[in-house]
Amino acid sequence: MANDPIHQFQISKIVPIEIGGIDFSFTNASLFMVATVACAAGFLYFATSQRGLIPGRAQSVAEMSYEFIAGMLREGAGSSGMKFFPLVFSLFMFVLTANLLGMFPYFYTITSQIIVTFALALLVIGTVLVYGFYKHGLHFLQLFVPSGVPGALLPLVIAIEVISFLSRPVSLSVRLFANMLAGHITLKVFAGFVASLGTMGALGIGGAVLPLIMTVALTGLEFLVAFLQAYVFAVLTCMYLNDAIHPGGH
Amino acid sequence: MFVTSAYAQTAPAATDPHAAPAGGAHTETGADHGGGTFPPFDATHFSSQLLWLVITFGLFYLLMKKVIVPRVGGILEHRHDRIAQDLDEAARLKAEADAAVETYERELAAARSKGHKIAETAREAAKTKAAADRTAIEAELADKLAAAETRIGEIKAKAFAEVGQIAEDTATAIVDQLIGAKASGDDIKAAVAAAKTEA
Repeated sequence: MANDPIHQFQISKIVPIEIGGIDFSFTNASLFMVATVACAAGFLYFATSQRGLIPGRAQSVAEMSYEFIAGMLREGAGSSGMKFFPLVFSLFMFVLTANLLGMFPYFYTITSQIIVTFALALLVIGTVLVYGFYKHGLHFLQLFVPSGVPGALLPLVIAIEVISFLSRPVSLSVRLFANMLAGHITLKVFAGFVASLGTMGALGIGGAVLPLIMTVALTGLEFLVAFLQAYVFAVLTCMYLNDAIHPGGH
Repeated sequence: MFVTSAYAQTAPAATDPHAAPAGGAHTETGADHGGGTFPPFDATHFSSQLLWLVITFGLFYLLMKKVIVPRVGGILEHRHDRIAQDLDEAARLKAEADAAVETYERELAAARSKGHKIAETAREAAKTKAAADRTAIEAELADKLAAAETRIGEIKAKAFAEVGQIAEDTATAIVDQLIGAKASGDDIKAAVAAAKTEA
């Protein structure tokens, strides 16, 4: 079973809960959601509890992530986008911590679940829609009407813009989900080769070196992907929020 | 060996949820997959996943919004203010230092010109004094010279006067030696006077 590359995504109930016929069990995925929140919030809380004028190492990391996201949001959505800073910061820290926790062997990767990433993407798009209509009313629909397009092309352009807007939550969620899923499956497959070749005698042990090297290299790559996907998620969130703040601005 | 068989087994299991596990060795795979569905697409867990995501992420968002973001923002702002304050202080101190340097240079220049003036006055005074001394000494020397000249004249006149007497005495003695008779005083006087006028 340890060699099944899909098994790591299996959800198992820890505390079965059922309300009104709907399953709300506390599962291993729920456990790692709690762990993600505990790790990220605990780190940020204790790293900044000193409030040092000259930051220590942990406080530097916390401040760096804060300024990283603040810079990203200011660049992507302007200074008026800073009201969304807690959201973007939470999303980035949550996704990053979840991805990094998933790098531990036998840990559950919650971002490899399409429903989780899709829910996060819907949260972003929902925020964009609600804020866009609240702030600009029907002018928010200008988002789908780029300025300077000849009238004949307008229906086509509007159709393309609407489709592109609707595909955003899909692309946002599938990108993160697929990256984490594929990366973990690949890692598991190559690691499984090492184990199975190792049981095949001297020649097998010699041959197992290659997948072992591959596994080490892939682990490094996966750490990069874990950070990169959190970054991409946050950057795209900033871009979409920019549309809600400046609908005619592109 | 085991991997390949397990992997081959999962591939159809993912595409066909109702595919029965092929062999007895893999029954546990089928059971764990909850009917063979690929776990990330298994909708039976969606409700629980969503609920716990809402709970955990909601909590996380609240924590970030209420505690972490204001705190880190406060730390950064405080540092920013402090740095700005320190920079202001540094600028103030620099201005002070510049003013002090300027004052110092002004005073230095004043002292230098004053010193120059003093030296000039001293030189001037020394020069006048030297000139006065020289004229005084020159006058004194001239006096002394004049006195010496008068004295020399007196001595000379006296000597000349005495020369006549000596010449008379000498002439008397010579005449006495030569002719053995005393020449009269008046003759000799006349002769000496004549010789003196000739000389």
